[in-house]
Amino acid sequence: MVPQSETPDSNPPRSVRRTAARSAGATGLLPTLRRTAVRWEGLLVLLILIVTLVNSRLSPFFLNGSNLLRTTSDFMELGLMVLPMVFIIITGNIDLSIASTLGLSASLMGRLFMSGWNIWAAAGVALLVALGAGLLNGVLIARLGLPALAVTLGTFSFYRGSAYVLLGDEAARGYPAAFTYLGQGTLGSSGIPFSLLLFAVPALIFGLVLHKTTFGRYLYTIGNNEAAARYSGVPVARIKITVYVLSAMMAALAGFVLAARFGSTRPDIGSGLELTVITITVLGGVSIFGGSGTLVGAVLALVLVGILRFGMGLVNLQGPVQDVVIGLLLILSILLPQLGRMSAARQTWRGVALLRPALALGVALLFGLFFFWSRTLILNRP
Amino acid sequence: MIATTTPARPRGRLVQAVVRFREAGIILFIVVLSALVSLRSPAFLTAANFNNILLNIAILVIVALAQMMVIITRGIDLSVGSMIGLTAMMVSFTVVALPGLPFPLAVVLGMTLGAALGGFNGLLVARGGVPPIIATLGTLSIYRGLIFLYSGGTWINAYEMPPGFRDIAKGTPLGVPNLILCALIVAGAVYYFLSYTRTGRDIYAVGSNPDAARLAGIAKERIIFRVFLISGLLCGLAGVLWASRFEAAQTNTAMGFELQTVAAPVVGGVNIFGGSGSVLSVILGAFLLGMINNALTLIGISPFWQLAVQGLLILLAVLTDSVIARRLQGFAGRRSR
Repeated sequence: MVPQSETPDSNPPRSVRRTAARSAGATGLLPTLRRTAVRWEGLLVLLILIVTLVNSRLSPFFLNGSNLLRTTSDFMELGLMVLPMVFIIITGNIDLSIASTLGLSASLMGRLFMSGWNIWAAAGVALLVALGAGLLNGVLIARLGLPALAVTLGTFSFYRGSAYVLLGDEAARGYPAAFTYLGQGTLGSSGIPFSLLLFAVPALIFGLVLHKTTFGRYLYTIGNNEAAARYSGVPVARIKITVYVLSAMMAALAGFVLAARFGSTRPDIGSGLELTVITITVLGGVSIFGGSGTLVGAVLALVLVGILRFGMGLVNLQGPVQDVVIGLLLILSILLPQLGRMSAARQTWRGVALLRPALALGVALLFGLFFFWSRTLILNRP
Repeated sequence: MIATTTPARPRGRLVQAVVRFREAGIILFIVVLSALVSLRSPAFLTAANFNNILLNIAILVIVALAQMMVIITRGIDLSVGSMIGLTAMMVSFTVVALPGLPFPLAVVLGMTLGAALGGFNGLLVARGGVPPIIATLGTLSIYRGLIFLYSGGTWINAYEMPPGFRDIAKGTPLGVPNLILCALIVAGAVYYFLSYTRTGRDIYAVGSNPDAARLAGIAKERIIFRVFLISGLLCGLAGVLWASRFEAAQTNTAMGFELQTVAAPVVGGVNIFGGSGSVLSVILGAFLLGMINNALTLIGISPFWQLAVQGLLILLAVLTDSVIARRLQGFAGRRSR
């Protein structure tokens, strides 16, 4: 079996990778992969340090323990969903329905609470329904062999739609303080947000399961070669179903944390988060084609995105503009290693005529010029 | 050459059989559903309502056709909603600032801007080797953010639009609203392109068997670049039509639209793994989605149900595909033995 894991990207054909490795003077495939992984996570740490440094220059309030801790509670619900997404993407699948499951469970909880249920009973029922939702995803994908992208696109609409059916244009609010503690509370006087603990414990468990158990090794095996995994006796279907149920469970948990933080639930709660979760996971070095990635990388990417957003908030950048930076980071994280590999593997790349790059640059330049010119026409008008 | 194509032929025929079966199935589904709905609501089976449905799905059809071409090459374009929003905003700004601009030029401008955005996606995927889902997930955020950077958070209202701009979509010089005419022209052009041009055939070749396509001398990268370029071009057109139809350009224009453009082909029976897909499938899929939304409103079901029903429809479509494919494969397997 090919030693898996720990490469940020197993996308290019193996021959290209080997060529790249050889030209880099490596002796074998495994050490190269290891080194790539170390380099990847090291790079993330370096980026985190740089962002921290820049942030602290931007605002004297940034490098302040309690402030830093408080900001973590702003992206813990993302973290809760990144953990199972790492599992799913490592098996070579995807879950587009994760944020819709979040919306469904939070809305169901809100609906039941508004009709007089105890909040914990309501959350319990919502969690059970979410487990059912995950089971449905898993069974359709693993037992019936349907494509994960299409199935979870369908349940993306179905679960979010159900949330709308449950709550309509209402908002559930008035949660008791014991519940909002999940999203707003801190541990005693330490200033550590409770939601950080709520993330740290599952993160530890997910990390141990992924890297220290047979189940975890199976995930990589499935992602590398599903047919081979099946023939070697790996219970592929059962593992895939488990992973989707886990995903729904964590989504429900994230839904409760988010509802607790907002203090209210509307049916569109958390919509669009699936794309952020996938972005963070891939940024963390988990290959979208499955078979490689580490949990540490994903957690580092979560921290990076979190403090990057915090820093951009400090300089008053709007949310969508912050997304530009995250989007660029995502693309560059895949593009740069690819380009490096290409130039190492294909010497002819340098020989390509300059015409096309020049054309592309020209188009980009014209686009930029028009962008700024037409913009000033309206924004500078009297 | 012959040796590489021969083994692929039975699979091709199988795929085609599935597609035919699915198209017939959807038509049947549409007919039965229409009959049922018209029993409850007499307003449903009228020319005016039919016109209404077509108006509602015209833009979806245009973009879903582009999405289908990307899907055929085994890719996906998640940035379509953002490209529509950005071109809608830029074109609206321009026509408001330059009221004398002839409207056909505005359409050309939109398509040019869209092509530039789509071309960037194409470069990332074809030349940069970034997987389509990642590249377009990134540009989804980037292009959406550019709308904010561009507009500074402001938007263009109906009263600011130059008079007559709405006629780009809503005018009826030929008796049919331009919007529907546009969708028909695009559908015809895409049909011709996919069926009778070399690039069009290459799109299927790259999608159904990339290795065979390369052995046959098809430059895979070039085809993939073109597919994303076309996707941007059609999104630019859709952006202008969107701004004209709703007489507004906002920062959240067409947000989340990408998932509908994937849903229409999937409901119509286009294989999400690439290699197959027809113009008729996409139109039928989009029509079914539009018709159900329309019917729900007419028979008095809360619009909050629309999204859930759409989701169920996608699941039903994917399930049906797999059942049909398995049956047909079973037949083929038995016969070959």
